[in-house]
Amino acid sequence: MSDRIFAIAWLVVCAAIAWLAWPIQAPFSYEPIGPRAFPLLLCGLMAASATWLLVKPGTEHGWPRGPVRLKLAGLIAGFGLYAWLFEILGFPVATALAATGIGRLYGGRWLPCLVAGVAMGVGFYYFFDRVLDVTLPLGSLWKAG
Amino acid sequence: MDSLAQLAHGFAVAGKPLNLFVALCGSFIGTVVGLLPGLGPINGVAILLPIAFAMKLPPETALILLAAVYMGCEYGGRISSILLNIPGDAGALMTALDGYPLAKKGLAGVALSISAWSSFVGGTVAMVGLALFAPILARWALAFGPAEYFVLMVFAICCLAGMVGDRPVKTLLAAAIGLFLSTVGIDSGTGVYRFTFEDVHLADGIQFVVVVIGLFSVSEMLVMLEQTHAGQTVIKSTGRKLFNVKEFAMTWWSIVRSSLVGFGIGVLPGAGATIASAITYMTEKNLCDKEGTFGKGDVRGVAAPEAANNASAGGSFVPMLTLGVPGSGTTAVMVGALTLYNITPGPLLFEQQPDIVWGLIASLFIANVMLLVMNIPMVGIFARMLHVPNWLLVPGIAAVSFVGVYAVHATTFDLVLMVALGVFGWMLRKLHFPMAPLILGFVLGDMMEQNLRRALSISDGHLGILFSSPVTWILWTLAGLVLLVPVLLRRLKRARAA
Repeated sequence: MSDRIFAIAWLVVCAAIAWLAWPIQAPFSYEPIGPRAFPLLLCGLMAASATWLLVKPGTEHGWPRGPVRLKLAGLIAGFGLYAWLFEILGFPVATALAATGIGRLYGGRWLPCLVAGVAMGVGFYYFFDRVLDVTLPLGSLWKAG
Repeated sequence: MDSLAQLAHGFAVAGKPLNLFVALCGSFIGTVVGLLPGLGPINGVAILLPIAFAMKLPPETALILLAAVYMGCEYGGRISSILLNIPGDAGALMTALDGYPLAKKGLAGVALSISAWSSFVGGTVAMVGLALFAPILARWALAFGPAEYFVLMVFAICCLAGMVGDRPVKTLLAAAIGLFLSTVGIDSGTGVYRFTFEDVHLADGIQFVVVVIGLFSVSEMLVMLEQTHAGQTVIKSTGRKLFNVKEFAMTWWSIVRSSLVGFGIGVLPGAGATIASAITYMTEKNLCDKEGTFGKGDVRGVAAPEAANNASAGGSFVPMLTLGVPGSGTTAVMVGALTLYNITPGPLLFEQQPDIVWGLIASLFIANVMLLVMNIPMVGIFARMLHVPNWLLVPGIAAVSFVGVYAVHATTFDLVLMVALGVFGWMLRKLHFPMAPLILGFVLGDMMEQNLRRALSISDGHLGILFSSPVTWILWTLAGLVLLVPVLLRRLKRARAA
């Protein structure tokens, strides 16, 4: 069933891609094949594979249930927030928050997670930004104030 | 003899203090990444690549780091297979079959040392093979035109479809998705924008690092949340630390055979360490298992797959360096690393970038020795790392992944896209789509399209050019064979069972 749902969803995506790809045209070109052919070719390949999957789906695999599903949703939300706050709060603060939250989801206790999170936020900042010369943001929020 | 002089030059490059240091770091990190269940070479290489790039390491140094990590992972995976009965990475799956029973018998030290030794032999055989065959293949591949290249890449994708995953159609779809993702951005031939939604961030295309980390790091962390290895205890390595002469003699030929087979499988595009170790384990079981000891703790059952997975890792460098077509998911990431440095992998690499090619090959020899030294006396330190709890490990991986993606372009957009691709990748994995074809497709996409278009420009639009030379005929035939043979074999097996 999951395979079928995915196959249908992917056919819709293929249709959207084809619709987007159709108007792609080079104003002038010296090649017999323009920029449109290859994406359309792939679109056809994907649509054909998805149709095959729709006709002959694989065996059903278990999806997570109950508390695991909730945790997964939490983790995805956590990653999203971390990505969004990365530049706003800056690397040290965002990492401390994210690491604490993610650690909790993986079954750590509050205090060790918090200590590890703060240590990572500060430690990684110094290690990457100062030692390895990989520039990291300190946070636009603090600069404005 | 030319190769020997080149190799000597390679050792001069690899012997620079920075490169030696990087090889040492890479070997150590690789072993750790390999032994941690869930994290394999592709994750390790993916997470380290952007950081190496952001640190402005020269390309050969960055590649040495990644290659050392790759080799290290093939060593590290065995540690958790033997002590935990959970393979540290996919290539170490077979090692657990005999390694864990050995550990339970109190022979963990023997299993660990014989597998480190066989990893070393496997690695060395592969390096020698690489140094011998790669230059020949590269010279031969110089004659390839765009049509031959295009067909070669079709062959690589067919190889994956035939051998990886339980459903060829899923592999094909995954590869097509990867290929499609590579078309986003400005078309290099005409300057036309494709699928960018008029967003500046997409004009350059989807960043390679974003795709790799999303698919292999973010989705991995989601998978790890579902699998908790509670109740597993690490077996303490007691007793003898080293194998004795009898065990050495008993495993010698198994190791040599498995190394050669592993190298050969590694050279094939798409077929990697997992397949190599499975095939050699089965072969050795058929050849040597007279007393029925395989599966109950036979040293040969540990030695064979470990030799094979290291040899195949080394072998997968052959198509990567000579043709620019990677032989495994991990080398696909390395090809992406080269393109980050604006270096086009392919047969010209041997002529234009001897520092990179021969420095890399020489470093692999050096890293292999470092790994052997690290993995026999220091194995206790690594074993202790199995105790690092996930609540500490995963936030660390998350932070390093985010740093890596941010380091390349410094935009929030890339981070958000990475998370989105990670969730998409997790869904695909839950549906049992293999991930390696996706990344292979993404890496090959641009080359494939350019070669196709160039070929058709030469022929003025006639598709006949794709079937016009003996090389293309051979490659089309091989592509057909790798697709058909597994299907026929499966039919045959089913017919025999019925």
